Amino acid sequence: MRTTLTVNGERHDLSHDERLSLLDAIRDQIGLTGTKKGCDHGQCGACTVHVNGRRVNSCLTLAAMHDGDEITTIEGLGTPDAPGAMQASFQACDGFQCGFCTAGQIMSASAVLEEIGRGEPSHVSSSLSSIDGMTDGELAERMSGNLCRCSAYPMIRAAIARAAEAAE
Amino acid sequence: MRPFDYRRAETLDSVAEGGRIIAGGTNLLDLMKLQVEIPDTLVDINRIAGLDRIEPQGEGLRIGALVTNTEVAADPRIRAGYPVLARAILAGASGQIRNKATTGGNLLQRTRCPYFYDPAMACNKREPGAGCSAQGGVGRMLAVFGTSDACLAAHPSDMAVGLRVLEARVEVRGTDGATRQLALEDFYCLPGDRPDIESVVQPGEIITAVILPAPVAGSVQSYRKVRDRASYAFALVSVAAVATMRDGRIDHLSLAYGSVAPRPWGDDAVTDALVGQAPDAGLFRRAADRLTAGHTPHPDAAYKLPLLRRSLQSVLHEVTGLSEAAIGTDKAEAFA
Repeated sequence: MRTTLTVNGERHDLSHDERLSLLDAIRDQIGLTGTKKGCDHGQCGACTVHVNGRRVNSCLTLAAMHDGDEITTIEGLGTPDAPGAMQASFQACDGFQCGFCTAGQIMSASAVLEEIGRGEPSHVSSSLSSIDGMTDGELAERMSGNLCRCSAYPMIRAAIARAAEAAE
Repeated sequence: MRPFDYRRAETLDSVAEGGRIIAGGTNLLDLMKLQVEIPDTLVDINRIAGLDRIEPQGEGLRIGALVTNTEVAADPRIRAGYPVLARAILAGASGQIRNKATTGGNLLQRTRCPYFYDPAMACNKREPGAGCSAQGGVGRMLAVFGTSDACLAAHPSDMAVGLRVLEARVEVRGTDGATRQLALEDFYCLPGDRPDIESVVQPGEIITAVILPAPVAGSVQSYRKVRDRASYAFALVSVAAVATMRDGRIDHLSLAYGSVAPRPWGDDAVTDALVGQAPDAGLFRRAADRLTAGHTPHPDAAYKLPLLRRSLQSVLHEVTGLSEAAIGTDKAEAFA
């Protein structure tokens, strides 16, 4: 079957098996390998990308379901020479160790800032109508779909908080 | 994953032609990778117009089947009028999954019983008549109410518990195009000797919406989820409550319980005995004892009974004002 995806602003016409996940489309067909396959079951978050502006696990959705959708991957946030704000903040704060989960962490973190900016509450927000801000508790809750086996969590939270401050 | 045909439905009528419906796919695709689910045909309903909106209906709201969990929890009308639903959804899954998971799909998600998930183990839900490996197996996540000899599995949804406590109704469209509405307790089937049949939705039928009644004005609402870790874990038990007080007595009360049964659980006798009473620790303890009396679950899941009793008492203290409200307890407001 055929599916058209727009990834980081570039259009890709794919011919593929029905079973192709969005993750495998991005990595194997389009060749953008920054997005990582960790558990392939939606538990680890390493495959997180943005679909039409929202973060999702690309392993848990079919490429066929995204015909015409706008996808952003880690490569779309910046380059080694010109990193995006969240990428630069992870570098500055040592927000990683082995790095395998990092692309997913950064994709998730950049979406978290937008979710907070839109006033969307979380499980730990004391009120549903106003958000407590960029507390460690809020960041830990909102990032709970991204695992880091090296347990770099304190630096990951610091990197997100730094990026949030820089954005203000 | 086994091969399948993929079909994109543009209209509700074309859904009636059959095939396994896929919306968010976060549970179905996971199960297909494990070959627990082996559909011949997937019918992608994401392009069907009109199912992705939350609209006023009567004095309440109509939530389209394709509205995502994120969109429901963030909707200002839901947050104001039905905070227990927002809290229940936010307590479940992860941000990524809530962005994809839909209202209809959440209701129809499958149990996380480890024996259902493992095709090497006998499971009557996967293969009717095969037997139940959970009987005599490791079972700390199993149900404690509503089980049968054939199946001990619990329904894992948080959202469905929030919907039950709000007395929501599920709209199902039949293959003839006619719709019917069902309360949550009528929407889900108890396992009996056919645990593979989990709801009244038949092949070719589709959930089109969830209907919320008018908000319970001035109510205090709470969702308490107890789990092994603070986030991104299924509930061991959960308790949802909606309460209003008048002249120091409980005027209106609705209670629902999650991860303890094959469907979001309720017990009218326990709830009714509390209405009209003045809040009191002893009263709440007796209600909790009554809720779990006479049940003898799988030994590994027996801890859920005292955990549920204590969770219920704690929630009742909060929603009746007997103790200070913690995070997860909110006052409902009109959203007009």
